[in-house]
Amino acid sequence: MRDVAIIGIGVTKFGELWNDSFRSIGIEAGLRAIADSKLAGNEIDGIFIGNLSAGRFINQQHIDALIADYSGMATNHIPAVRVEAGGASGGVAFRQGVMAVASGMHDIVLVGGAEKMTDLDDPAINSVVDATADAEWEASMGLTFASLYAMIAQRMIHEGTATREEIASFAVNSHAHGALNPNAQFRKAITLDTVLRSGKVADPLGVFDCAPISDGAAAVVLCPLEEAKKHTDSYVKVSAVEQGSDTLALFQRPDITSFGATVAVAKRAYETAGISPVDVNVAEVHDNYTVSGILALQDLGFYRKGEAGKAVLDGEVTLGGGKLAVNTSGGLKARGHPIGATGIAQIVEIAEQLRGSAGKRQVDNPKYGLAQSVGGTGSAVTVSIMEAI
Amino acid sequence: MATVAKEWREIPGRYNLEGSKCPCCKKIYFPKRGLCPKCRRESMGKMEDYNLCREGEVYTYSIIHEAPECNGKLKPYAVALVKTKDEILIATQLADVNLDEVRIGMPVRAVLRKLDSDGPSGVIHYGFKFVPIR
Amino acid sequence: MDVGIVSYGAYVPRYRIVPEEIGRIWGVDGKAMGKGLYINQKSVPSPDEDVVTIATEAARNMMDRVPSVEAGDIGAVYIGSESHPYAVKPTSAIVAEAIRATPVMTAADLEFACKAGTAAMQICMGLVGSGMIRYGVAIGADTSQGAPGDALEYSASAGGASYLIGSENVIAKLNKTLSFTTDTPDFWRREGQLYPSHGGRFTGEPAYFRHITSAANMMLTAMDTKPEDYTYAVFHQPNGKFPTRVAGQLGFEPKQIERGLLTPEIGNTYSGAVPLGLASVLDVSKPGDRILVVSYGSGAGSDAFDITVTDSMKDYRKEKAPTVEELLADPIYLDYGTYAKYKGKIAMQE
Repeated sequence: MRDVAIIGIGVTKFGELWNDSFRSIGIEAGLRAIADSKLAGNEIDGIFIGNLSAGRFINQQHIDALIADYSGMATNHIPAVRVEAGGASGGVAFRQGVMAVASGMHDIVLVGGAEKMTDLDDPAINSVVDATADAEWEASMGLTFASLYAMIAQRMIHEGTATREEIASFAVNSHAHGALNPNAQFRKAITLDTVLRSGKVADPLGVFDCAPISDGAAAVVLCPLEEAKKHTDSYVKVSAVEQGSDTLALFQRPDITSFGATVAVAKRAYETAGISPVDVNVAEVHDNYTVSGILALQDLGFYRKGEAGKAVLDGEVTLGGGKLAVNTSGGLKARGHPIGATGIAQIVEIAEQLRGSAGKRQVDNPKYGLAQSVGGTGSAVTVSIMEAI
Repeated sequence: MATVAKEWREIPGRYNLEGSKCPCCKKIYFPKRGLCPKCRRESMGKMEDYNLCREGEVYTYSIIHEAPECNGKLKPYAVALVKTKDEILIATQLADVNLDEVRIGMPVRAVLRKLDSDGPSGVIHYGFKFVPIR
Repeated sequence: MDVGIVSYGAYVPRYRIVPEEIGRIWGVDGKAMGKGLYINQKSVPSPDEDVVTIATEAARNMMDRVPSVEAGDIGAVYIGSESHPYAVKPTSAIVAEAIRATPVMTAADLEFACKAGTAAMQICMGLVGSGMIRYGVAIGADTSQGAPGDALEYSASAGGASYLIGSENVIAKLNKTLSFTTDTPDFWRREGQLYPSHGGRFTGEPAYFRHITSAANMMLTAMDTKPEDYTYAVFHQPNGKFPTRVAGQLGFEPKQIERGLLTPEIGNTYSGAVPLGLASVLDVSKPGDRILVVSYGSGAGSDAFDITVTDSMKDYRKEKAPTVEELLADPIYLDYGTYAKYKGKIAMQE
C-alpha cells in the first residue's frame, strides 16, 4: 500500500444557489480542483462522488455517469462511483478514493461531493434527511432528524456532560470562522444570545443550533505521495482515513451521549497516523447540530467527556483561542451543509490550512489536520488525518 | 406513494410492540431481527417473537416544533426514547401530555394511536405512542 | 349454560370542551344550552384518536382484567359505531389485531345509530349461547360529529366500552335480552354527508321514549319484575334530561340511574353511551345486584338487558384497568379553536 497525497482542491460557494443546477455545481468544483492540481484532466483515471440523494432531491439517479459525462471524462470511459452513507457520504467517498490510489489500482483520482437540495420545498427536504435515521422506527414514528439530536442534547444536559449554553456556543464558534470564509453560506459572527433565543426546532435545539439547507460542491485530486512533486509544490499527505459503522437507530445504542463509531474510528486513525489527539492543530468536525460538535470534540479525544462544552464556550477552539482550532471553514453551521459535499469540503479546508493558503482563517504553522464526517445519528463515521509536507 | 404492503408488514411491531428474542442468549430486540447480532449463525431462523412490556419510563425526550405535515394538528408535540420495563429502548411520540411536565424518568405506557394516513382516501396507519401513567 | 359478561373495559379521551365556550363562538348562551340539555361538558378526541384507537384502549383494558383468558380463544369481535374510520374496511379487524385475537375468529362492524354497541352484545350472546364460540367481544364506540353551530355540537362526544361475553367465570349474567325495532326516521345521516340530520322534536316521544318504554316494559313483563327490583338502571342518554324523564315514566328513582348516567360529564358518546354507563355501574356493583339496561338507536330500536351480578365479581381483577371514574379524572380543557382543529372542522389546504 502506498501513501497518498492531495494535489488539488476546489469548492463552490455554498448557499441557496438558485442559478445553478446540480450539473453545473458538480462540474465547477471538479474543474477547480483539477486546475489547482495543474493537471490537464486526461490524467484522471477514476472518479468518486459523495452524494446523499440526487435521486430524491432532483429525481436523478446514476450521477456517476452524469459527473463523468459533464466533466468531460466519459469519453475516456473511466470508472465513476457514487457513494452514499447519509451525512458521511463525502467522507466515505474520500476513503474510497484514497483506497483506490493506495492499493495501486488507480494512479490519479478525482474525489468530489455535491448536493443540490433547494430544488425541493422544505417539507420534502426534511423528509429526505429524516430518511437517514431509521425510516421505519424513528421517522415513521413521528421523530424528525433534528429531534434525535435534540434528545441526545437533552440527555447530555441531564447527565451533566454539557450545559445548554455550552452546546449553543458551538454555533458561535462556527459563525466566528464563517465570517472569514468568502465561500461560506453565512458570513456574520453571532452571539450566544442569538443562538439561545432563536426559533424553536426541537427542544432544546433552535434554528441556530442547526446547519442550514445548502447547495454546493467540493473536490480534491489524489495521487501517490511519491508522484505529487511531479504535479505541484502545494500538496499534503493523507496519513489516515478510517471509517466505521454503528446501529442505524439511535435507540439501539448502549450510550446515546457518545458516538461509539467516532471513538473507535478516531482511535484507528490516530494509530495509523502515529499521532495522538494533542498533535492535531486544526480540525473540521461534523456540526450538523451544535450538540454534534460537542460530541465530536469529546469522542475524537480532544477533550474529556464533560469538558468539551466549557472549552468551546470559553473560546478555546476559536482561531487564536487555544492549541486546536475547530471548524475554521465555518463548519456545517456557517459554511453550509450540502450534504454529500460536506465531507469533501472539510478535506479541502484542512488541505488549505496545511498548505498555508487559508487566508484570514490561517492557523499558525499547522502540522496535522483532522476531518470527521458523520452519517445519521453516528451510524457511519469517517476520520481522516492529513499532514503538512 | 408506497404500496399498502410496506406498512401492513410492520403491524405486529407497530400495534403490539412485537420484537424478537434470541433463543441462545435470551437477548431481546426491537424491532424484529432475523438473527441475533451476538449469536449470529446459531440464531438464524430460530429467533422467537416477543412482545415488549407496554410500560416504561422516559429516557430522554424533545418537544418538536418544526413538524412533518402529518403531525400539523399536534404540534408542538413530545417525542421520547422510552425504556420499557424489559429494559428495551424504543423511539415514540408522547400523547395526552402537558409539555411542561415531560421529564426524564416519567412513567409511561403504550397506547394505539393514528400515526399517519396515505391521504384522505388512503389507508390509515396506526401504531404505538406512549401516554403518562396516571 | 349461563351466558354473561366475563370482563369489561372503558375508555374516554381526556380532552373536554364546555357549552359556554361553544356558545361564545356562535353567539348563543352556551351555559343555558348546557343547563337545558343537562350537559356540563363533553369529551373531545385528540387528532390521533378515532373509533379504532378508542375501541382498542377499551378492549385492552377489558383483557388486562382477565389475564387468564387467552386472546386466541376469542371467536368473534363486533364493533358498533356511527363513526367508523372507514366506510369499507372493518374497525373490528384492526382492533382484533391490536388485542392479538386474530386470525382464527370472525368479525364485522355494525351500525344502528347509538345502539350498535348493544346490538354487538346480543350477537355475541347468541354465538356464545349456541356454543359456536367460546368468547365474543362486543364494543360500542364513537367519535360523533355535531354540525358547527347546531344543537348537537353541545352533546356529540367521544368514548367507548368493550365487553367480553362468555360462559366461564361470568361476573354479570345476561339473564335475557329483548328488542323493540321499527322504521322511525328521527335522526339519520346519508352516505357522504359530514353531519347528521334530525327531526327536531320528533326525536322525543315517537322515537326515544316510545322505543325505550316499549322495550323496558316488555322486559319487566317477561321477567315478571318491577322497577324497585333493580339496583341500577342504565338508559340511553343523548342528553341528561331524556334518561331522567324516561326513568320517571317507567317508575325508576333518580338514584337508580345516577351511577350509569355519564352524559352530563362526557356528553353523548352515541354507541359508547350505554356500554359506558353500564361499565360505570359494574365498577361499583356487588354480587346480587340486578341491572336493567335499555339502549336506544335512532332509525329506530331499543335493546333491553336484564343482568344479575354474580359472586365471581368478588374475584374479578377490576383494579388491573382504570374505572370509569379514574378515566374521567384529570381532564384537559380546550378552547373552541383547538376543538375545531382537533375535530377537523377547519378547511385545511389540500
